[in-house]
Amino acid sequence: MEGMPEVLILGIGNLLWADEGFGVRAVEALHRTHAFAPNVKLMDGGTQGLYLIEHVRRADILVVFDAVDYGLPPGTMKLVEDADVPRFLGAKKMSLHQTGFQEVIATADLFGDLPRHLFLIGVQPEELEDYGGSLRDTVKAQIAPANAAALSYLARFGIEAAPRPAPLAETVTLSSPEVALGSYEDGRPSADAAYRHGDPRVVFGTPSDEEAR
Amino acid sequence: MTIQTPNGFTLDTSGKRIVVDPVTRIEGHMRCEVNVDSENIIRNAVSTGTMWRGLEVILKGRDPRDAWAFTQRICGVCTGTHALTSVRCVEDALGIKIPENANSIRNIMQLCLQVHDHLVHFYHLHALDWVNPVSALKADPKATSELQQKVSPAHPKSSPGYFRDVQNRLKRFVESGQLGPFKNGYWDNPAYLLPPEANLMATTHYLEALDFQTTIMRIRTIFGGKDPHPNWLVGGVPCAINVDGVGAVGAINMERLNMVRSIIDQSIRFVEDVYIPDLLAVASFYKGWLYGGGLSSKNVLSYGDIPDNANDYSAANLLSPRGAIINGNLKEVHDVDLRNPEEIQEFVPHSWYKYADEKKGLHPWDGVTQPAYGLGPNAKGSKTNIVEIDESAKYSWIKAPRWKGNAMEVGPLARYIVGYAQGNKEITEQINFVLKTLDVPVTALFSTLGRTAARGLECQWAAHKMSYFLDKLIATIKAGDSSTANVDNWDPSTWPKEAKGVGFTEAPRGALAHWIRIKDTKIENYQCVVPTTWNGSPRDNEGNIGAFEASLMNTKMERPEEPVEILRTLHSFDPCLACSTHVMSEDGEELTRIKVR
Repeated sequence: MEGMPEVLILGIGNLLWADEGFGVRAVEALHRTHAFAPNVKLMDGGTQGLYLIEHVRRADILVVFDAVDYGLPPGTMKLVEDADVPRFLGAKKMSLHQTGFQEVIATADLFGDLPRHLFLIGVQPEELEDYGGSLRDTVKAQIAPANAAALSYLARFGIEAAPRPAPLAETVTLSSPEVALGSYEDGRPSADAAYRHGDPRVVFGTPSDEEAR
Repeated sequence: MTIQTPNGFTLDTSGKRIVVDPVTRIEGHMRCEVNVDSENIIRNAVSTGTMWRGLEVILKGRDPRDAWAFTQRICGVCTGTHALTSVRCVEDALGIKIPENANSIRNIMQLCLQVHDHLVHFYHLHALDWVNPVSALKADPKATSELQQKVSPAHPKSSPGYFRDVQNRLKRFVESGQLGPFKNGYWDNPAYLLPPEANLMATTHYLEALDFQTTIMRIRTIFGGKDPHPNWLVGGVPCAINVDGVGAVGAINMERLNMVRSIIDQSIRFVEDVYIPDLLAVASFYKGWLYGGGLSSKNVLSYGDIPDNANDYSAANLLSPRGAIINGNLKEVHDVDLRNPEEIQEFVPHSWYKYADEKKGLHPWDGVTQPAYGLGPNAKGSKTNIVEIDESAKYSWIKAPRWKGNAMEVGPLARYIVGYAQGNKEITEQINFVLKTLDVPVTALFSTLGRTAARGLECQWAAHKMSYFLDKLIATIKAGDSSTANVDNWDPSTWPKEAKGVGFTEAPRGALAHWIRIKDTKIENYQCVVPTTWNGSPRDNEGNIGAFEASLMNTKMERPEEPVEILRTLHSFDPCLACSTHVMSEDGEELTRIKVR
């Protein structure tokens, strides 16, 4: 039996931009409900881009949770594997950090260290332009199915997770408890106190970037 | 029609308009428009921040001790420096003193970020404005090896075989059609001046730097715990010290400190054997290209950073210099007081915000962040699809910060000019070394290349300063003090009913400060003035243009439809990691749309 593969389960996105936080919230949830062997690492990648290269290069199997714009109905989950991942990432404009993550993949490839198996679990966001906002219900509802998809993908490689007898507390995150989902949502200022809209060019949709790629 | 700006630029909007949008996607999108004359020389420049970023309003009412965790999510590059600035402003407001060890560890983490960011900026973002990786495919590996041994004899990776291997890897990559990080450059533009061998050497180091950068960042994981988002703490640092402890998990022990030592030593070697020699080699081919100085020869500002001793934020105790220079008078460096309501003020006559009285600026403690989006009468396009901005009206999501009414440049070059003017020994020696090696006068500093050189020199400086603070940390621990946090005032019941504070750092890209007001233990007002606010500032009431705008003025473009020169200069401010642009002609017709590195 060969050595255990290094597995990285990565949630990426900016949790300050509403559904952009899907990836981070999904991997946090997985961490709370399941325990993994030491060769499986769960990570809140945020918008860290280049800082993630090292971890991606080290992984044999990479699972990524992310909010991805496929132009599908909000909340639709789409699963993409291997060669389709970078190509798909390049196909459309998605969000601020994803250009960065696509580059992380390309750079890992340039070093000859692309993970052997890549799995992107993407969910179509409903709302991105709500700075300080949280996941919309349609997207939040996909956290459990997304986690199930990750687990069944990993099971193909014989990687099993142990369901925890009771989930870890909601305040347990992969980075810091200050940005845990509950307190993040509860601590939000009122609509009167906070401007809840983005740049109108973004809110109404800018035609310029999307078509180009 | 020409307009004379009070800060010394002659704007002429009569020529062809070129739009680059977006230039950057981190810390908000950025757009740039210029007018060029019949010789393709830039005669007007307009920089627009095109994204609303309302961090200030989402922090309202939250626990001040949590603010760092939100601010470090502002962008993916400056995470640590925002977190540090945030904990400093809360400590300032509540009068919390941190232990000496916490100061040393924070300094090491901040310097680590400087080293990392500068290195990655040069190779990953900026090098491709000067270096042509496609030309590298034509290089002779043997001649490249000779060049390498000439510019940096100490660097071990210099054999012809090594360069041949890299060249083959590049070829395979390019032939596979993915080009990856090198996609969509202007590789046949005459603005590129390096011979193929220098291109191969620098491209090879691009790969070495990308590989090495991950090593540097381990320092912040060792002290900050979580990866890739290190933890911070109001009152100190969230790591315990137990020098006699063993094992890889838990408190900082001797084994970990030795690991930090080793990484620092490797960083110094990489910067001195690879980065600095590359910088000098590249600069030697471009020293006739002295555009891009902008405000740097006039007004520069730094808040200072890296307190030698804990809790003393006076200029004399800051190793990274503090000061302001006005009208290019290097003989007089003004002190900077972030608390003085008459010094730093933000104006909004050309920003998409509303003040009760827009003739006046507001000090950040009294800052108001109320959006008011709209286009001027001469804008082309619509509110949702701007074709051409009208800079006579409001035109940016960035406010216009001013120091005593002056538009200022911030960043490594500003810091180095302030340090040079103050006679800082280390900085002066570094600058003189570069000027002598390249055989250029001191005025050459005031340029895009000067900005790029200052960043490299600061990277070297920061790497050595990490070593200084590691020594200091170990000495303090050996003297029996292993405290890392002061939690005396952790409990909000110990806080005053109302408090205000300011925290500042020198982020890789420039002066950064957060101002906080606390009321009834919650955040009442929080204002961040980030380096990009200073450098990307729009015009003010008097018509002074900002640092990005000034830096583009009078630059000759080889081919206006390929804005290499614009990107080169804007990138020299370190605005982002990855960006996309598309270029439009004056009538709005899209000429080309490309992804730019």
